Amino acid sequence: MKYVDEFRNSAIAKKLVHKINRLSKTIKQDIALMEVCGTHTVAMFRHGIRNILPKKIRIISGPGCPVCVTSQQDVDKAIAIAGSKDTTITTFGDMIKVPGTQSSLAQARAEGNDIRVVYSVLDALDIARKNPKRKVVHLAIGFETTVPTVAAALKRAKRLKYRNFFILCAHKIIPPALKVLLNSPRCKINGLILPGHVSTIIGARPYQFIARKFKIPGVIAGFEAIDILQAIVMLLEQIWMEKPRIDIQYTRCVHSEGNVTAQRMLTEVFKVSDVNWRGLGLIKKSGLALRNKFTDFDVQKQFSFKLPKIKKTPCRCGDVLQGIIVPVQCPLFRKSCTPSMPIGPCMVSSEGACAAYYRYHGGKK
Amino acid sequence: MNKQKIMLAHGNGGLLMQRLINRLFISNFGNKILNRLDDSAVLSLNNKGKKIAFTTDSFVVNPIFFGGGDIGKLAVCGTVNDLSMMGARPLFLSAGVIIEEGFEIKQLEEIVGSMRRTLKEAGVEIVCGDTKVVNKGACDKIFINTAGIGIIDEGVDIHSARARAKDSIIVSGPVAEHGIAILSQREGLTFKTKLKSDCAPLNSLVADMLKFSKSIHVLRDPTRGGLATALNEIAAHSNVGIEISEKDVPVRASVKGACEILGLDPLYLACEGRLVAFVAQDKAKSVLGAMRNNKYAKNATIIGQAVSRHKKEVYLDTLTGSNRILDVPVADQMPRIC
Repeated sequence: MKYVDEFRNSAIAKKLVHKINRLSKTIKQDIALMEVCGTHTVAMFRHGIRNILPKKIRIISGPGCPVCVTSQQDVDKAIAIAGSKDTTITTFGDMIKVPGTQSSLAQARAEGNDIRVVYSVLDALDIARKNPKRKVVHLAIGFETTVPTVAAALKRAKRLKYRNFFILCAHKIIPPALKVLLNSPRCKINGLILPGHVSTIIGARPYQFIARKFKIPGVIAGFEAIDILQAIVMLLEQIWMEKPRIDIQYTRCVHSEGNVTAQRMLTEVFKVSDVNWRGLGLIKKSGLALRNKFTDFDVQKQFSFKLPKIKKTPCRCGDVLQGIIVPVQCPLFRKSCTPSMPIGPCMVSSEGACAAYYRYHGGKK
Repeated sequence: MNKQKIMLAHGNGGLLMQRLINRLFISNFGNKILNRLDDSAVLSLNNKGKKIAFTTDSFVVNPIFFGGGDIGKLAVCGTVNDLSMMGARPLFLSAGVIIEEGFEIKQLEEIVGSMRRTLKEAGVEIVCGDTKVVNKGACDKIFINTAGIGIIDEGVDIHSARARAKDSIIVSGPVAEHGIAILSQREGLTFKTKLKSDCAPLNSLVADMLKFSKSIHVLRDPTRGGLATALNEIAAHSNVGIEISEKDVPVRASVKGACEILGLDPLYLACEGRLVAFVAQDKAKSVLGAMRNNKYAKNATIIGQAVSRHKKEVYLDTLTGSNRILDVPVADQMPRIC
């Protein structure tokens, strides 16, 4: 097994597409499937999956791109902190291009602030170790997938008594956002393609409410072409049988109980809190905050800064994230909002729905 | 006064850089030769016969030593290859070296030794140069600029606007290896691979191909922005459509694996020792045969063709039996977050 080629086998792909066509004929209504995760959005376009599905099946992108849902205010905070004396900001790649209220971290960097892109929070910790006279603040974004490494970094920082390492915590968790989405009367979804990486950590249990309360089927899927096509087959079978449940397609990585060690690490360092999602607003118990014993590392407790007043833009990322409109329906799309001059975060992040639609022209030839 | 500042994205080969080049450099310096924006300028000293190809490139790679090469080898190969892509025989190079105060002389010796070996292999000479040392912090370790000239023989006419519908597209070997080799050794990415950069001088390969010079329409080395960017430039300059097949584009398993872990598309990652050729369809097999006899193109393969539909757009037939557009990247790819 190479775990790549096998899942891109075109003979198997064709069989699955055939099965999808057959199943969709047996289902009367039109079917809207939401892929929650940004990596799925991109994978669907990359493998050209959208344009081989029958017209009856509509694919909607959901709120699972961590860059896209980071609030304007969190970006503003990072920019304000970057202006403090002897301070370095670290964060993940796409985050530095996301517009805050007045500028972005990339612009702040061009103006002379020390802002660095890291691939892992452990690299941020290393920068702190090598530069004891600088304060290193990591803008920590991401869902359950990224949080355990941040927890590990904080435990190490505590053990080694780092005094110059801080976290600007903007972490979020997926299930509460899905609950808000499914509760919205505007949301009409018949099935959910659930995120593979997040589920590697949290398992299948936290999604059970989707099937039980909302009677909507969900399948936790991997990211290769065959994974996604098989997940769609599994969803259609559930829709046809009218027996919604949460299935795992991505069995080579995801177990129903998840990664217990990572979960333990997460709850040791973080507690659940209310948090603002860009486009979705305040969602109760959908974010993570540092527990009291880690407050020394909480930049918001250690720094004071002034924030600009939030300006509303006509960007409709919020509606895109909820699957209410597709990116091309936003009046700014491809006009004033493009990947080189993004207005909303969904156009910034390579895994954002708008950027994916822009890059792949909606997938049509 | 314009208060905007230069950002890294102004130098990454994407749309912002294109805009900067057009709005500032072309509008100030523009002339018939520069405006073609080919890998090298082509100069006619008289109206007939041989022409001269002239090019320059600056190398600021980080890390300066990487699997399969270093900044010195890259500086020689880069300019040799830019000349070769016009069908020129590279002859003479210049080298300008900017060194940061405190740089280890031993490392400088290693870089210069590597340049000497690459020059010998390519059969070219450095004939003029310049050395500057700047204050610590004024540059990052060492920057190298090379310029070069070569001769384009009579009858050779290879440039990026010459692709025609039905041309076969050949790539000389597996793609994205330089990109992954550099990324895997960049500070901060704890990702180890034995994969080596493909960095190599391609003038001997081009010389082997020039036996078919009339049938070779375009040559391009897919460096920054990778194969997808090179194909988009050719489609735009030649006003043709391009269709390639995902199953035919050679990508080594280790590169594929690394790309999947990092969430990168190998079609957008740099090569430094590969070329793409647009060749008249009826000669494609013979050119391919000639290429495969050269040590730098043993795995050369046909990946698709130029077409008269969807002009200026590049499409990829995916493994699932579907297709998708291959667009020009706006910014460098970033490893995924989760």
